[in-house]
Amino acid sequence: MLRYCFALMLIVSGNAWGQGDMASITAGEYRPLYLSADSPVISVQSFLLDKQPVTNQEFQSFVSQHPKWQRDAVPALFAEKAYLSHWVENAGQYGPQAGDANKPVVFVSWYAAQAYCQAQNKRLPTVAEWEYVAQASPSRIDGSQEKGYNQKILDWYAKAAKQAPGEVAKDEPNYWGVHNMHGLIWEWSEDFNSSLISGESRDDSSVNKDLYCASGSAGAINPSDYAAFMRYGFRSSLGAKFTLNSLGFRCAADGQP
Amino acid sequence: MGNFKMKVLVSMVSAALALAACAQVTEKSASANKASETVSASKLPVIQAVLTQAPNVPPPITRKYAAKVVVHMETQEKVMRMADGVEYMYWTFGGQVPGQFMRIREGDEVEFNLSNSPNSKMPHNIDLHAVTGPGGGAASSFTAPGHTSTFSFKALNPGLYVYHCATAPVGMHIGNGMYGLIMVEPKEGLPKVDREYYVMQGDFYTKGKYGEAGLQPFDMEKAIKEQPDYVVFNGSVGALNGDKAITAKVGETVRLFVGNGGPNMVSSFHVIGEIFDRVYVEGGKLENRNVQTTLVPAGGSAITEFKVDVPGTFIIVDHSIFRAFNKGALGMLKVNGPEDKIIYSGKQADTVYLPEGSATQSIANPKSAESTKPLTKDEQVALGKNVFENNCLACHQANGEGIPKAFPPLAKSDFLNADHNRAIGILLHGRSGPIKVNGETYDSVMPAIALNNDQIANVLTYVLNSFGNNGGQVTPAQVETQRKAAPPVANNEHG
Repeated sequence: MLRYCFALMLIVSGNAWGQGDMASITAGEYRPLYLSADSPVISVQSFLLDKQPVTNQEFQSFVSQHPKWQRDAVPALFAEKAYLSHWVENAGQYGPQAGDANKPVVFVSWYAAQAYCQAQNKRLPTVAEWEYVAQASPSRIDGSQEKGYNQKILDWYAKAAKQAPGEVAKDEPNYWGVHNMHGLIWEWSEDFNSSLISGESRDDSSVNKDLYCASGSAGAINPSDYAAFMRYGFRSSLGAKFTLNSLGFRCAADGQP
Repeated sequence: MGNFKMKVLVSMVSAALALAACAQVTEKSASANKASETVSASKLPVIQAVLTQAPNVPPPITRKYAAKVVVHMETQEKVMRMADGVEYMYWTFGGQVPGQFMRIREGDEVEFNLSNSPNSKMPHNIDLHAVTGPGGGAASSFTAPGHTSTFSFKALNPGLYVYHCATAPVGMHIGNGMYGLIMVEPKEGLPKVDREYYVMQGDFYTKGKYGEAGLQPFDMEKAIKEQPDYVVFNGSVGALNGDKAITAKVGETVRLFVGNGGPNMVSSFHVIGEIFDRVYVEGGKLENRNVQTTLVPAGGSAITEFKVDVPGTFIIVDHSIFRAFNKGALGMLKVNGPEDKIIYSGKQADTVYLPEGSATQSIANPKSAESTKPLTKDEQVALGKNVFENNCLACHQANGEGIPKAFPPLAKSDFLNADHNRAIGILLHGRSGPIKVNGETYDSVMPAIALNNDQIANVLTYVLNSFGNNGGQVTPAQVETQRKAAPPVANNEHG
């Protein structure tokens, strides 16, 4: 997949992707389940990432150009019944309710998210890319040690998803100029199901011991581990056609800043 | 170990049967009974499971045959009351803590449907200790929000089993309340009793200290250090108290299905003033008799049975006793019926015993944080109720009427209503020596209760506006004034 995108990049000039809405992320490293001193460091190449999650309005314009992704047209193989179930019918077309235009699109499957990104010569970010950007605070590439960083994340995880998310980009952007990495929605990633976390969390230490040395909770001393655990746990509960009321996405693209 | 052996045995037996069936038809009748127990699920009668919320238990199983029992359970994340004025985001099986009680029979085949509410933020699953198989069903039931997982198991071993969520981080899912009990009745059933109840202990870890008002978030560090703020029965402080107490009549036999979800604490389960006639140790087959306190491991259970011989309120506690009086592990069994003065006389005499050198005692208490914004009277009353229940109720009683000749009443109390500052002083400094309340003389000792100004103001405001008293309000400033004033001389007269 990466190679495929790279090939595309040679053909299409970088500026064609509307980079104004994308942040340039410089290459770097991060620790999965950071703060576990023994976990391996993952390097992330430079790439571009949407500054905000894809909104209902943006997704609607995609659907109007690609009607096979309309709510009543999508094959059951590619999205569950709840797909775009928060949209309403208007003159034979489904679209977001009034006031929802700038809210992140949710109830979308991985297939739909991937199709959206591909339609713009983009792709979904990898877990590594997403986590790398997510550890930034407003002032630092790695803000995970800052006071209040983890509490904010945990507070959101602790709230049930009873209400629709608010509008995008209402929060302070992080170091990269990226909004809403935490506190608004869960987000799809390209390789969401590669975590090798099985449903039996206590057995995971033997599935991929190097990456998840703390999965049996040994060594998970810092609460921030728990925020990461939750994201990994959440991702591994998903199937590609799942559509959830708190799950949306944003796109990424290969690129040299 | 037993399960493993049994599985090997079963496969050996069935292999042997298969061979035997080819070779010799007469073998069949001898094993007919066994075969009827192991027929495929589709041939068993299908029964919908009865699920109950604590403290209720589904009715005993009367059928004498195995069935396919279909269970539907939903995981929900919801804010509920932890204590008066304190709320918590619970993660639940079935919307309550503990989760719904299931009751099946040894040999039953269970079809388990676990639904995760679309409003959940987290994926969940279930590990039933009654399941023989890897993970106890955890991997098979791992469910994203808005989905349902189905798996089946056969109940091989009778006993009372804990179930819980086993999604990462496991400790947090259990710590937020995701546990419950499943009873697998032995084929012969359980002995008949008059009352059955469901009591399950759990420990909780909150950012704020015990009783600190508001929606309290989960505190990971305290959980790792195993320092709970709350240790409670049935999910919250007072879930088994007052009008929610469990009940029985004199002469009846009571069976408690006791579980402990943990995540950390082991329970020293005890009913004050009762002796368990019989305990099924750790929820298994072993019966112990005449037990005062039984250990219930985290992730374990016990079944206790006892006949209630005399009326009164029997306090259910974790006898790691500070948990009972300071963290909430306290419930009540109320027994009605005629007294038996031979078995228990009640108080027969009370005389003053005051040896040389005794002085008013003081209960030390670290200075708790005081709030800055002034509260309304109603807010004070609400918060004060909590302070009352934690500090005063044990002696002055839930109805404020005290105990005759021992602890003076706070209800319709002329002594209290006459002088608010005196009342503040008694809380601050304690009180000993005779006083007259509503015409009765009391001569006992009340220790100083080291509460902060807010707490004293709130509890007095609560008492003044409860139990038929004359109303009124005490402010933290009033308490501060009294705190600065010298304690009354009367307190030092025995010093």
